[in-house]
Amino acid sequence: MLKPTNYLTKVYGKPNGWSLETYERECEGYKVAQRVLTTMTREQVVDEAKKANIRGRGGAGFPMGVKWSFMPKVVSATRPHYLVVNADEGEPGTHKDRTLMEENPHACIEGCIIGCYGIGAHVCYIYVRDELHVSKARLEGAIAEAKRKGYLGKTPFGKEYPVEVYVHTGAGAYICGEETSMLNSLEGRRGEPRLKPPYPAQAGVFGMPSTVNNLETIAAVPTAFNMGCEAFSKLSLLHDMKDGGVRLYGLNGHVKKPGIFELACGPTLNELIFELGGGVLGDRKVLCAIPGGSSTPILCPEETVNAPEEKDALHRWHGQSVFDVPLGVDTMRLVGTMLGTCCVTVMAEGTCPVLAMKNLMQFYKHESCGQCTPCREGSAWLYHTTDKILDGKATMAELDALHDVANGIMGNTICAFGEGTAMPALAFVQKFRKSFEAYILGQKKHSEATLLVQ
Amino acid sequence: MTFELSKEREQKLADLLTRYPTKMAACIPLLHLCQEQKGYVDDEVMHFVSHKLDLAPAHVEGVVTFYTLFNRAPVGKHQVWVCRTLPCALRDADGIVAHCEKKLGIKVGETTSDGKVTLRSAECLASCGTAPMMQVDKDYFENLTTEKVDAILDRLRSD
Repeated sequence: MLKPTNYLTKVYGKPNGWSLETYERECEGYKVAQRVLTTMTREQVVDEAKKANIRGRGGAGFPMGVKWSFMPKVVSATRPHYLVVNADEGEPGTHKDRTLMEENPHACIEGCIIGCYGIGAHVCYIYVRDELHVSKARLEGAIAEAKRKGYLGKTPFGKEYPVEVYVHTGAGAYICGEETSMLNSLEGRRGEPRLKPPYPAQAGVFGMPSTVNNLETIAAVPTAFNMGCEAFSKLSLLHDMKDGGVRLYGLNGHVKKPGIFELACGPTLNELIFELGGGVLGDRKVLCAIPGGSSTPILCPEETVNAPEEKDALHRWHGQSVFDVPLGVDTMRLVGTMLGTCCVTVMAEGTCPVLAMKNLMQFYKHESCGQCTPCREGSAWLYHTTDKILDGKATMAELDALHDVANGIMGNTICAFGEGTAMPALAFVQKFRKSFEAYILGQKKHSEATLLVQ
Repeated sequence: MTFELSKEREQKLADLLTRYPTKMAACIPLLHLCQEQKGYVDDEVMHFVSHKLDLAPAHVEGVVTFYTLFNRAPVGKHQVWVCRTLPCALRDADGIVAHCEKKLGIKVGETTSDGKVTLRSAECLASCGTAPMMQVDKDYFENLTTEKVDAILDRLRSD
């Protein structure tokens, strides 16, 4: 039986759980930031951070400590460093960062202080999507409280190491969750992604060395440093795969009890859905699940792990359903999808996969920034063709062309939005080809398609 | 008449400008302040922002047209955004949209004739665990039912 942990979520749901008073009382708030700033060097902080094996919680899964180590070792007087925290939560199916900002904002701020110190920055911007008004207010409130106590400002904890944290808001653009797009947006420009290299650690916001971390990544830092980063990593069932600690797992769609659960890394989809989620609505079977935000390809319970060799990382699960494989950054990559934000969207049997794909393609068509032709045109094309298929007006050749268009987007765009559109589209078409064909052959009508469990 | 910020907002802008090494970085926050005051961002506001921050007018227009939350024309007193993306759609977001349209007598994208409510659909608002949901001005309303929606819309229309 899965047992939720409560490191990040200890103050969730408590009266004034977001206040400094609660954070100090319940979580030894700011003690660890004080210890880090007053007793450790920058190098020690980065070395320690690496041991936490915190894989970026925003979706890419890059190890946080390693990212910190990419920053220049010496801070030049004319090239200040910046920490940019990505709280532009907008990936469909993802609802975890919002809970941290609303319920435990001080963990975010304390993480920012440690992060700034570790990368040699004095200024941190938390980029929050504009729609999250409660999140912004709680973060602003937490910053003001921390400032009054002398935890932020010119001499945090009496140390001559100024740290300022600012909340910056977007204005409604999913693409601004892409790190270089976010940097452009923060600079006051259109949120169009930049070519890499240069990477943010070389030339990030305002052209200066910058580290971009997801909000949950940063919020986990105080817990990790408090218990010792290696001990934190070992909480995870996937510690041996360098996928450490605890993180927030989300559950939404056709489950009886959706929500956010803090767990040691490595629960399986079946455990999440049936133990914590209470099973599927109407006690139906699972048709498929999106493991971590709409850009991660769907998995079906009938899919099995193919890892016959003993040296295969997933050998232990050879022949078992992919729904019984622990959800981890590398494990999900090995079963042909991605962990992403690890907020799971569940679809019950009876859901029309073609309609689901159309819904998502409408999202990508709307959110493509339009900079690269394959993505701008391709996302619209994927949407319109899916719609045409549903209406029974498409040909088999057009269904095949969905593959070609999706493949034509991948690898041909500046940022990963292209892959984020094409990969889930391909997964739908490959895994549910018969459903697509049924509309083309006139066996099924658009009016019969549903996304609901009635 | 040219656009001017209220004193209080001028003060907020002055504070904003201390946060960044460039004036340009205040562009989006300043546009938000302007929209908060005027309700929308028109040519006058863009002109004001470009002057205030020493930006080319084309830059400001480029920014305004990139982001969906800047209204280019007046909107209703209240704005209702119903999330339509998959996790909400799996919990009948389409039904909520249809119910709003029927109840308000308008289509998505339109404003009621009394100018009270503008109805829109939104892409994922990070509230998937409490779907279906909608945002009304600055507030989230979650786990919606048609009864809840009725109560919300009645309140908005009588406001």
